[in-house]
Amino acid sequence: MERSNVDLWVGVFVAVGIGALLFLALKAGNVDSIIKSEGYKVSAEFDNIGGLKPKAPVKSAGVIVGRVESVTFSNQSLRAVVRLNLDKQFQFPADSSVSILTSGLLGDQFVGIDPGGALENLEDGDRVRITQSAIVLEKVIGQFLYGKMSEKNAD
Amino acid sequence: MTFFRQILSSLGRATINSIWRLGEASVFMARVVSRSSIVLRRPGLLVAEIHFAGVLSLVIIIVSGLFVGLVLGLQGYETLKRYGSTGAVGTLVALSLVRELGPVVAALLFASRAGSAITAEIGIMKTTEQLSAMEMMAVDPHARVVAPMFWGGFISMPLLAAIFSAMGILGGYLITVVVIGVDSGAFWSQMQSSVDFHHDILNGVIKSVVFGAAVSAIAVYEGYASVPTAEGVSRAVTRTVVTSALAVLALDFVLTAFMFTGAH
Repeated sequence: MERSNVDLWVGVFVAVGIGALLFLALKAGNVDSIIKSEGYKVSAEFDNIGGLKPKAPVKSAGVIVGRVESVTFSNQSLRAVVRLNLDKQFQFPADSSVSILTSGLLGDQFVGIDPGGALENLEDGDRVRITQSAIVLEKVIGQFLYGKMSEKNAD
Repeated sequence: MTFFRQILSSLGRATINSIWRLGEASVFMARVVSRSSIVLRRPGLLVAEIHFAGVLSLVIIIVSGLFVGLVLGLQGYETLKRYGSTGAVGTLVALSLVRELGPVVAALLFASRAGSAITAEIGIMKTTEQLSAMEMMAVDPHARVVAPMFWGGFISMPLLAAIFSAMGILGGYLITVVVIGVDSGAFWSQMQSSVDFHHDILNGVIKSVVFGAAVSAIAVYEGYASVPTAEGVSRAVTRTVVTSALAVLALDFVLTAFMFTGAH
């Protein structure tokens, strides 16, 4: 084949290949993980986080407003410390409460924010006071059975 | 007693031979890579090899990618239908392709389409004493013939894998959204919310780069080390395809174990 023809086809090939990569990155993947959006960090302590993992979404009213940055254990309070990275464009009152929820019955766990009524907003480095732990299915079933048993004993 | 002796010595011979081949291949690849500056000095050679390894593999990659996507979409839809979550079919197709099937199947196709051709070309050049003739003219065949072929394959493979994955996702879209009627918004948005750029796409690209290097290296080495007869070249081509397939699958397991287990 002629040299210029070879060059042309290789050019087309490389362009299509890079185009395919861009397609995968932009159309199939989430772009927001490439562009690091400006955010502020808030921490919260939980008695039990269930199966919450870093990068899990943080939602308020069902809208994703941030991501879980890290999950650690505090030796002082003996509780789980979850650090949340919230998007700057979303502001929440300082007395908002956070809870760990499950999408569907057996789905992945995420963090939900219920806005409070305070006048000031949460700032970078703040700690959320009101938290609600994950519902652990085994515990719920255990309590249910225990309740049934005590009901029977009462009869 | 002599029987055991024979078994043990044949085992020893096989071990020494395979280590010797591995060493020879390493020395050969080190020589090829160290003389690769010709690729920059004469980019025309590299372009010709990218044309040979990449452009001419495009048809098989596009068609297979499309069909793999169609099948994934159909099978995924049939299974997910039972759980009432057919919108997740986009996630299933995209994650399977980007993480595993794209790099692996593209590498297997690449080994049988381009790798075998590279081995045959070098093997026949050796059989017809073209490589010796080059050496006589003080032209280093490692640099003039082997290096452009190796880098041509190395560059083509990740691009082919990306095209394969993209075509597969399009195939999955075609069968589930256009033909079956899954909601298009759910298809793309569920895919986008679960395919991570670093964790999934970048790791897939790293896989395809590693596979490209492995298949190209095996192809050029087998060609260069082939016995210079018609039979020797045909054996070398067979070995290229078999060894490449095994290497790709084994490397895939190791890479997956490193990338997709642990923290997440």
